[in-house]
This record gives sequence, structure tokens and C-alpha cells, in this order.
Amino acid sequence: MEPKQLDQISGQVRRDIVRMVHSSQSGHPGGSLGCADLIVALYFHVMRINETKNAEGFLEFSRPGQNEDLFFLSNGHISPVFYSVLSRRGYFPTAEMSTFRKINSRLQGHPATHEHLPGVRIASGSLGQGLSVAAGAAFAKRLRKEDRLVYVLMGDGEQQEGQIWEGVQFAAHHQLDNLIAIIDWNGQQIDGPTDKVMHNRDLRLKYEAFGWDTVELKNGNDMLQVLEALEAAKQKTGNKKPVLILMKAEMGFGVDYMMYTHKWHGAAPNDEQLDIALKQLPVTLGDY
Amino acid sequence: MKKYTFTEKKDTRSGFGAGIAELGRTNPNVVALCADLVASLKLDTFIKENPERFIQCGIAEANMIGVSAGLALSGFIPYPTTFANFGSSRVYDQIRQSVAYSGTNVKICVSHAGLTLGEDGATHQILEDIAMMRAMPEMTVINPCDFNQTKAATIAIADYQGPVYLRFGRPVVPIFTDPDQKFEIGKAWTVNEGKDVSIFATGHLVWEAILAGEQLEKEGIDAEIINIHTIKPLDTEAILRSAEKTRCVVTAEEHQLNGGLGDAVCQLLARNTPLPVEMIGVDNSFGESGTPAQLMEKYGLNAKSIVESVKKAIARKQG
Repeated sequence: MEPKQLDQISGQVRRDIVRMVHSSQSGHPGGSLGCADLIVALYFHVMRINETKNAEGFLEFSRPGQNEDLFFLSNGHISPVFYSVLSRRGYFPTAEMSTFRKINSRLQGHPATHEHLPGVRIASGSLGQGLSVAAGAAFAKRLRKEDRLVYVLMGDGEQQEGQIWEGVQFAAHHQLDNLIAIIDWNGQQIDGPTDKVMHNRDLRLKYEAFGWDTVELKNGNDMLQVLEALEAAKQKTGNKKPVLILMKAEMGFGVDYMMYTHKWHGAAPNDEQLDIALKQLPVTLGDY
Repeated sequence: MKKYTFTEKKDTRSGFGAGIAELGRTNPNVVALCADLVASLKLDTFIKENPERFIQCGIAEANMIGVSAGLALSGFIPYPTTFANFGSSRVYDQIRQSVAYSGTNVKICVSHAGLTLGEDGATHQILEDIAMMRAMPEMTVINPCDFNQTKAATIAIADYQGPVYLRFGRPVVPIFTDPDQKFEIGKAWTVNEGKDVSIFATGHLVWEAILAGEQLEKEGIDAEIINIHTIKPLDTEAILRSAEKTRCVVTAEEHQLNGGLGDAVCQLLARNTPLPVEMIGVDNSFGESGTPAQLMEKYGLNAKSIVESVKKAIARKQG
């Protein structure tokens, strides 16, 4: 798919995000907006997924995902972007996005498998666990001699969890070179700038010291750069090391008043703010 | 009293080792993981025969649970192993989110549960794990009583779809169950039929209950002894049937009184057939260093305590 088309999709995904969060008056728009370009690029261009459709016209989803590339969302609070991309990709009806965070929904506040939402393979939200799960899935692919990749997205605040570093050492020790981890390096977390809350120091050096290959993505909100970084990371796979993409992205990207602040990490826009946001995000694929 | 004898003593963890070794030969989807305790968990045979299906995780239990979840959702049957303390309380949130809530088919197999871990002391003597795992939705909790039953349980859980917490121990104890038994999850085993009292025992306390039953017989008390190897799901039918017959109950476990088998039985009886219950277990305290036998004596987890509790329970019977 052309970068221009991918940009159109991520524009619609951003509308979906703010509309979902507004509708339920809860959720996490900031990180969702910042990661929209990456997740759109993965699902619409980079990952090899099963394109078979079921009788209702939706993508067949199998949890093991054999012979597919897999994506895990470790920072589960950015569920709006995950749900929008899964739905827009064809895993479930876009209309279901209106049920986000509401009673009896498959679109739980944080991603869950319990309600069997197609596209979700593991629950996430309690931070620090996704890298370990992705490492397990990557190990499984190696045991099956599958030539497929496992992607996992984490937050930069999430790097403060101890389990992350257990996972980092495990993936390197077992030479999981079919694993590509991405850090959403937006420098913000709930209590403020990451440097003030708990300094991550040099994440690139830390991962390299643990035995990983790294790729820097200077602007995770520029589709061309996103595609280049994903390609560069793929080129580094199969080389006895897991690969990290350190993605500089802007929390709240696409909605001016949500950018350059941690305040929209987990806050919902009111009616007026929604209108302002939607004026900045033109309809491309049609609203749900 | 039905006669139980034994010719050999072995640790229940060796039952696990034998079980997973057999699974290694029969089930290509079984993967074993360990957090730097391979010898303690008796994994040597499995590793020797299936080196590619063993994953050393180092001293990093939280990651081990997550890796297990990733393997399970990919279609493998992971058996993460460590000491019971590090496979429960240390990783509760990982089990909760990545295993139980996510419905991943992970078999958490843990050794050195309870006081009988012995000399290492209270830091390692988990006595709350049954309570924690019982409280977790969709978790199955199993605590077998001897080598043969542990081996059978280890093999049986591979055929069950869903998360399991299988707990066993360190010391050698008599082998008194059938080597060819079929282990049914959630199906209690009636060790001895009796009419005066129901003793519901789990793990290492089942053999103690048998010794207690022999003593009670000499004193003219006919005890029914039931092995509750599966604490969740509880065999409510077997427990209610027995309690309604004998009209008084003693529970026995190597675990805290709070939240364990005794609590589960009390909850069941209170809701159905309120009857006097005496409970054997550790009463709101940590353990300490000592030999297993010394500790079981000091904390009242043996045949002598069961005999005393039976007499108290019978004395509390109505009419």
C-alpha cells in the first residue's frame, strides 16, 4: 500500500480514537494518537496476516496465528488505536467501536481475550508483561520453524517495570531474532515527563548492553520514516539478536491541543473539544 | 479401616519429574520452563530427552509466566516450574492477567510448598498459595498427596484445556496410592468409608489422616477419610454427601487456615448443611526453620492433631 493511502487510514483511525474516547468519556487518547501511524503501517503494509475471510466477510482470526506475523500491544491502555486498526483492517464491524468501554462490550477498557474480540491474543494493561508474552510467541515460532516475525509495542514509561528487563535479557539470551520490539518514546507518562517521573536514561545503550540490535525512528508520525524503520528492523532479524525500534513519537499527534503535554494521557475530550479535534482530522474512510 | 501400607517413600516433586518425563515422550506440545531450579524440580530426564523443549528462564519468574502465556496462545502446553512461593505470590499479577484472564493453557507446577520445605525457613515456606490461587477466577488448583498421585496429576493436566496451579512438596513421604490410577481433576478420592466423622485432607496431610484413622479405629471411632486433591473446582457432591452422613467434619492441609481447603469446605457447608467443622492448618503465622517433622509437630499438622480435632468435632455434634 502507498504511504499516502496509509496516511489516509491513520487519519481515520485518529478520528475513531477521539470519537471512542469522547463517547465513553474515558480512555487514553494521547498515546493512541501518537502510535496510530506505526500500528497502521504494521497491519496494512508490513505484517503478513491471514487474508482469508469468513462467511460474514470479516478476516478469519486464529489465536495461535501460525504462519502469520503477530503483533502484541503491551501498553494496553492505548486500546483505542488497537481497536480502530483491527476493525478498519477487517477483523470486526466498525460499528462495534461505539461500544468501547461500555457495559457488555467486547471492546474492554484494556484489550482482553475474555470476550473473544478477534485480533486480540492476550490481555494487557497491567504494564510490563507484553514483551515476555511476545518472547514466548517468538519462541513458539522458532520451535515450529516458522519463518514469521513477532512485533510488540511498549510504552517508554513502561520501561520502568522490572519485568521488562527480565524479558529483555531473556530474548537476548535465547537469541530470539524473530522478535521486533518497539518503544513509543513520547517522553510522557501519567504523572508528567518521563525524565522527571523516573528517568529512563539511554534506552538504546541499555538495550544494546543487554544484547539487542537497535533502530532509531526519529519521527514515528511520519509514515515514510515509519516504513523505513520497520524495513530496517526486518533487515536486522535472523541475526541471532532481537531488534528494538526506539520510536520518537508525539503523544496526541494530530490534535493540536493534545500535543506536547502529558495531560491527554488518560483524559477524554468534552463536546466542544471533540468538535475542535474532528475539524483537524478529515474523514477519509467514513466514520463508524 | 481400610488397610494402607507402603514399601517406599519418595518426594511428590519426583512424581512431577516422572510425570513430565513421560509427557515428554508422549506429547510433543509439552514444553518445560524453569527459573534456575532444575534439580529441585526433578526435570533432569525431561531435559535430557527433550533439550529443545526445555526453556531455562533464569531467576526471573515474572518473565517465565509471560513466556509461558506466549507459548500457550501459540498452541504449546507450557509447564513453568519453580518453588511454590515464586510461582504464586511473586507472580500473582502475571498469572492473573497473562494466564487466568487471558485463558492461556499454562500449567504452573510448583514444588517446596508449605512448611515441609524445612530448613530454608519462612521466606520460602509459602502457606498462602492455595488461598491466592483459589480466589483467582478460572484457575484450577491441585495439591496431590504422594508420588503416584502427583505423577498422575502432572500427566492428566496436559489433557485439560485451561490454567492449572499444581502444588507439591520436597520431603519423602509414603507412596500409598495406585501407580496406575486415573487422575480425574475435581473428583475427590474416598480413602476410607466411615460413619462418625468426615476428614477432608489434601497433600501431605492425607497420609497423616490415614494414621489418624487407624488410631481412631482403636478408640472405636469410624472415620471417613477423603482426599481432596483438587481444591478448585471442589468436589462439592462428595463433600456434602459425606458430611451429611457423618454430621461433623475435620479439614487438614499444609497451608494457612485463611483461604485454604478448610475455608472452601466451610463455605460449602455453611451454604448447604451447616455442621461443626474443626480445621487443621497454620493459624495466621509464618513458618520457621526446622526439619519437616519438627515443623509439622510444632504447627500441629500431623496425625495426633487430626485425632484431637476429630474428638472435638464429634463432641460438637447435635444429638
